[in-house]
Amino acid sequence: MVSEPVIRISELKNQFGRQVVHEHLDLEVKRGEILGVVGGSGTGKSVLMRAILGLRPPQGGSIEVLGETVTSGTEPTRLRKRTGVLFQDGALFSSLSVLENVEVPLKEHYPELSPALRRDLAELKIRLVGLAVAAGAKMPAELSGGMRKRVGLARALAIDPELLFLDEPTAGLDPIGAAAFDDLLKTLQQALGLTVFLITHDLDTLYGICDRVAVIGEGRILAIGALSEVERFDNDWVRDYFHGPRARAARDTKAQGGH
Amino acid sequence: MDPTGKMIEMPSAGGKLVLQGDWSIAHAARLARELASAPSDCAAIDATDIGVLDSAGALLLLNLAARSDLAQDRIALRSEHRDLFEVIARAVETEHAPEQARAPVWIRALDRIGVTCSSILRDGIGLVGFFGLTLVTLAAALPRPRRWRLTSTVHHMQQSGLDALPLVSLLSFLIGAVVAFLGATVLRDFGAELFVVDLTTYAFLREFGVLLTAILLAGRTASAFTAQIGTMQSREEIDAIRTLGQDPIELLVLPRLIALVIMLPLLSVVATLAGLLGGLAVATLSLGIPVEMYVNRVYETATLSHYLTGLSKAPVFAMVIALIGCLEGFKVTGTAQSVGERTTSAVVQSISTVIIINALAAVFFMEMGW
Repeated sequence: MVSEPVIRISELKNQFGRQVVHEHLDLEVKRGEILGVVGGSGTGKSVLMRAILGLRPPQGGSIEVLGETVTSGTEPTRLRKRTGVLFQDGALFSSLSVLENVEVPLKEHYPELSPALRRDLAELKIRLVGLAVAAGAKMPAELSGGMRKRVGLARALAIDPELLFLDEPTAGLDPIGAAAFDDLLKTLQQALGLTVFLITHDLDTLYGICDRVAVIGEGRILAIGALSEVERFDNDWVRDYFHGPRARAARDTKAQGGH
Repeated sequence: MDPTGKMIEMPSAGGKLVLQGDWSIAHAARLARELASAPSDCAAIDATDIGVLDSAGALLLLNLAARSDLAQDRIALRSEHRDLFEVIARAVETEHAPEQARAPVWIRALDRIGVTCSSILRDGIGLVGFFGLTLVTLAAALPRPRRWRLTSTVHHMQQSGLDALPLVSLLSFLIGAVVAFLGATVLRDFGAELFVVDLTTYAFLREFGVLLTAILLAGRTASAFTAQIGTMQSREEIDAIRTLGQDPIELLVLPRLIALVIMLPLLSVVATLAGLLGGLAVATLSLGIPVEMYVNRVYETATLSHYLTGLSKAPVFAMVIALIGCLEGFKVTGTAQSVGERTTSAVVQSISTVIIINALAAVFFMEMGW
């Protein structure tokens, strides 16, 4: 059970019109790991995530998530109960307050919960992501970008999912906020035993919290493995990415024992 | 797990609570029910038989401990559950939000009325201020033809004037027909069907021609102005214009205002003609009044003073619509939601202002005997 991969993708093919985004893409995500997915702009990181979530049917190949086939054409309802997603800007429902946003998945998947317990659980998640309970009454339009992401994370965690998808969680945050978000993610991942699929451009996040890194390019996974292995991979983009001045800085902070 | 077995058990009174099963969100409702009837006098909790523990389970476990005032070290946990439990316990420790006391309904109703009234007042003052600002900018730009935005003005004349022509004429034609029908129904009883022509002529020359055009443009153009300027505002284009040393009023408001002041009177002329045509259609087809007689009757009834009283309102309406549309656009704040709210507000404000001004003008003209 432990060795069984949580996500298994084989021979995935995605294309828009005549533009092929992915071809012969294979990827396995292990249980309990944080997998960082990197790649240049337009290499189809978000498309891959949408395909795994069953939001966009691929043109070929198969995707299996938590033992359920996503690519069979039917809505993967059981899967929805076991996964949480944080979209790029939080994707909060603008007509609902913060607390109501976090309650939505609880209402949908566990309607038998009493309103008081549901509220307690939602407030717990709001506190877990480092917000004050008083923030629960606010509307999404009143929140800053960092707070919106935290609320998005609280909503993604509401039903205690096994598998968490994060699309650029630290993009648009200031460095201090981004570092705090990374710490929060690592703590929650360890405490809740989550498996995390994390798309990022943020080298600090990669060096700080990812167990493994997958590099997307040329329509497939170019390299996957621990950072130290992927860094040495022989490819122009990988070399520029991991050996540029920013990567060196991120590596140095990591070496100094903090980020 | 045994679906019928209890998840909370106490073998002996005042002793140790023994927990079992999966303490996860899937069983949370059932756990909460058992928790409500659980004893509140236990000395310790043995949670080592729990299979799966998630954050919902940990929260309920903490609630259970709180019932007996147990400290956390009186709860025996499996080592793999310890981390999660501590994270949840730390999160729960931070104080609960105070319940906000809600005021009684009548106070909240009064509150809403007060807030709305003061916002109407503020909007009114803001509009007058904006009118003044626009006039000052206009006065500064007029003597310098190089600063006139001719292309932009002509563009808006086409968008808000020419493009609205089919809609305005069709709707006026239909309203003209309806007015004639209504008049005919009442006047037939008196054998005075011919006066249908007088009714239609009066109505369209004095009121409907201009009013209909203004209402249509308030819906069509004020909303467009708000959406255009609002989108620019939310994307910081207005700020960019300022930092480049240009005046957003001169650049965005004046062309729209001038375009509408020129086009609304022209459109209302067309609307009046279309309305009379609608009346004509009903009169000839349904009432048997010959075309010649209709036209002669219109000549007899229509006087220049009627028409001028009607047309004199057109530039005022045009200004109101353009100013409200532009001002609401400038009020947009960052979000896309705000663009929608402001657009709605622009349409509501401009239509109601147009109708209010029209009513005041009608009373004024009547008292003056024009």
